[in-house]
Amino acid sequence: MFSFCTDPATLPDWQWFACYLTSGTHLAFYWSFGVVLLLIALAAPSALLFGFGGALAARSHVAPVRVLGKTYIAMVRGVPDIIFFLFVPIAIDQGLEYLMHHIRCPDWTQPVRRGAEFAVCAQAKVPLSNAPAWVHDIYSFGLALVAFALVFGAFAANTLYGAMRTVPRAQLETAEAYGMSRRQVVRRILLPQMWIYALPGLSNLWMILIKATPLLFLLGIRDIVYWARELGGSKTSIYAYPHGDWRLWYFLAVLVFYLLLTWVSERVFERLMRRLSRGQATAAGERLRRAAA
Amino acid sequence: MMKLPLALAALTLAAAPALAQNVVRLGSEGAYPPYNFINDANQLDGFERELGDALCERAQLTCEWVITDWDSIIPNLTAGNFDAILAGMNITDERRQVISFSDAYTPPAASSYAALEEDADIENGVVAVQVSTVQASYVAQTGATLLEFATPDETVAAVRNGEADAVFADRDFLVPIVEESGGEFVFVGEDVQLGEGIGIGLRQSDEELRETFNTAIASMKEDGTLNEMIIKWFGPNALTFD
Repeated sequence: MFSFCTDPATLPDWQWFACYLTSGTHLAFYWSFGVVLLLIALAAPSALLFGFGGALAARSHVAPVRVLGKTYIAMVRGVPDIIFFLFVPIAIDQGLEYLMHHIRCPDWTQPVRRGAEFAVCAQAKVPLSNAPAWVHDIYSFGLALVAFALVFGAFAANTLYGAMRTVPRAQLETAEAYGMSRRQVVRRILLPQMWIYALPGLSNLWMILIKATPLLFLLGIRDIVYWARELGGSKTSIYAYPHGDWRLWYFLAVLVFYLLLTWVSERVFERLMRRLSRGQATAAGERLRRAAA
Repeated sequence: MMKLPLALAALTLAAAPALAQNVVRLGSEGAYPPYNFINDANQLDGFERELGDALCERAQLTCEWVITDWDSIIPNLTAGNFDAILAGMNITDERRQVISFSDAYTPPAASSYAALEEDADIENGVVAVQVSTVQASYVAQTGATLLEFATPDETVAAVRNGEADAVFADRDFLVPIVEESGGEFVFVGEDVQLGEGIGIGLRQSDEELRETFNTAIASMKEDGTLNEMIIKWFGPNALTFD
């Protein structure tokens, strides 16, 4: 990074630290914070989408759709997250490869499963083994994202399902009395009003999602926890910057990062809550109305 | 969201018209200096990096490195996420039941105990090892209490913290740690010979790749380049091939 970094062993302390903290591995460490933020930024809306689909399906008037929605919610909620995080990426990956195997190598005679091995033909590998490393990285990130969206989607579905049922029945009946169709009632009355009931649950979910991101590490993605452990471990002189066991400081930095992230989130949710309470038939809405009057 | 992997798959397929050149993906841990470690430039480095690159060059293979946890390195191989393991993995009969091995590229290596005190109790005390290693199976058979960790570095840290009485690992991994500890660490007890040397782990169905690597390893043994490499990374006292 800096021109004076060529021989770190001879540097005075501050320069040594300047070089150390800008080494290639540290840049990867800083980058991994971005990866975690990106995962949260993508997983939250996808989970919300899954949740929305699940909630609408669970209260559908068509029986098979309702069963599907309720099964999704019950199944994901009833299985430990870690099992799902381990299961979903492997299932999707092997499912895809199995599919590609049948499309691309129909003449293949050997079985795909041989003892412990899962062997598809080279053309069926997802991604192909000659794909550049970043494709592999994005692929595994994509699998992790799907796992997060599936798991948190089920929780969101339950929250939204509850919120939809909490919207005062009288409001919906009034809308029907005005001659709105069932779809119109959902779109104009139910959906805009349910958010205030869903928000406490959703904000909880958001917090849990943030705190669940170290699971990325479990899926083989080199996230901040991986780097904190890797960089903090004691280093012999085979490394350019030998040092003792500094894991405490690295984990402390990760801890502060998560605290900051959840602290900022809390502030945002508070404001959002106030905003959505405006004009609502809830205690908070009533307080706002009185304060304005 | 479910479409993402499919779209990605389509993208990768479109980007690679034909398998003009098959890439052999080599899996390593990147946490076991001097065998394999991530250097400060965020590149895989060490004995096995240099060896793997040299073997691929001799065998005229295009190779790419993949870093993965030690814990899941064998399942990842059998699931086809990479094609070979070069991660200081000792050849043992237990592992042979799941994967196959190339010829050894190091002589049977010595494992040693290191501790903070000369008289540390390695027979009945607490001994830290990395999980799923030959050292772990060995300690399990002694009277010592087994304390397993996911990474090699954590096993050493456990002794420093007083959590364990001693660490048991490949001698070549412990030598730099003991030497640079300024007297904090000492070797305790006798060295133990475990395994049949370190080899490349391969899928049992990959006979062809095994033969390719065996030929390359044999040629490196023959012209002495492998011994040079061993001495470069493990010092002049390291065991070499005759």
